[in-house]
Amino acid sequence: MTEVTTPLWEVFIRARNGLSHKHAGSIHAADSEMALQAARDVYTRRGEGQSVWVVRSSDIVASDPVDKDMMFEPTATKIYRHPTFYEIPDEVGNM
Amino acid sequence: MTDDNSLFDYVIRLADDHLILGQRLGEWCGEAPTLEEDLALANIALDLIGQARSLYDYAATVEGKGRDEDQLAFLRYERDYRNALIAELPNGDFACTITRQFFVAAFMKPFWHAMLNSKDATLAAIAAKALKEVSYHLRHASEWVIRLGDGTEESHRRMVDALDEMSIYTGELFEMDDLSKRMVEQGIGVDAAGLEREWRTTVETVLSEATLKFPEVSHMQTGGRAGRHTEHLGHILSELQYMQRTYPGLTW
Repeated sequence: MTEVTTPLWEVFIRARNGLSHKHAGSIHAADSEMALQAARDVYTRRGEGQSVWVVRSSDIVASDPVDKDMMFEPTATKIYRHPTFYEIPDEVGNM
Repeated sequence: MTDDNSLFDYVIRLADDHLILGQRLGEWCGEAPTLEEDLALANIALDLIGQARSLYDYAATVEGKGRDEDQLAFLRYERDYRNALIAELPNGDFACTITRQFFVAAFMKPFWHAMLNSKDATLAAIAAKALKEVSYHLRHASEWVIRLGDGTEESHRRMVDALDEMSIYTGELFEMDDLSKRMVEQGIGVDAAGLEREWRTTVETVLSEATLKFPEVSHMQTGGRAGRHTEHLGHILSELQYMQRTYPGLTW
């Protein structure tokens, strides 16, 4: 099995209703149908999932680690963006 | 409940089918062509063994002689096993294994579906659980049959060989002997012969998408239901039974 005939796919699993799909890992498969089966077989053996997504790894656009400082560093000093300055009224309960 | 051994014998056949096929398929564990398929085949094998456990457990209750599922699974002799021959056939290459699983799953899916209406509540409950599992087994095997058949020249050739090898063992699945007929008459068992048309349609639909054909079969192999097995069963049993025979009563 070569990378050409069985490319890499990223697997995302949603554990319960109301949660979002989370990256679980990756698998090799020939096409989307087989990728979905392989994802189910490899990553949902212990009741982890209600729903599975598979995406060709090559279709994912990723940020370049070189750009890390430019992309993410500037937010470090902007603590006012965190909602930690608000008092939550008791009536609201847990948020 | 019947006053003879019919129900016990009938359940044992089903249990043996699933234990032996599960044990056989489990031989791929650690050996499959890819990690993904290694897990897929092991998952299916474990589904089959889980179904076998429920069936042996029920058979033990029906028998009422104090034997448990382990004794029924591990401490009988070769001639006492009543599985269809197709369950014990060697795995061969991947195409062979996939073809065998495809043929069996295409049969067991309508079988369990029919069993949902059994007057026997336990068998109907086992069927409800097994039906979900076997539906996936059929889908898994079908997708592979299509890709192997309509794949490369080599995968196509291997599928043609596998169909020749396995097709002669499919007739036994639809056999209706006295025991099966009695079970159907009592509203407990499934009319296996009546499932052949649906099986054939499923098989031919998938094979045609796979650019393959079901071979002409002039003579179907038979014997498993009467305890007459291929030479392969004894070897499976020697491995399967080793622990219980060496350490009687051993548990996990």
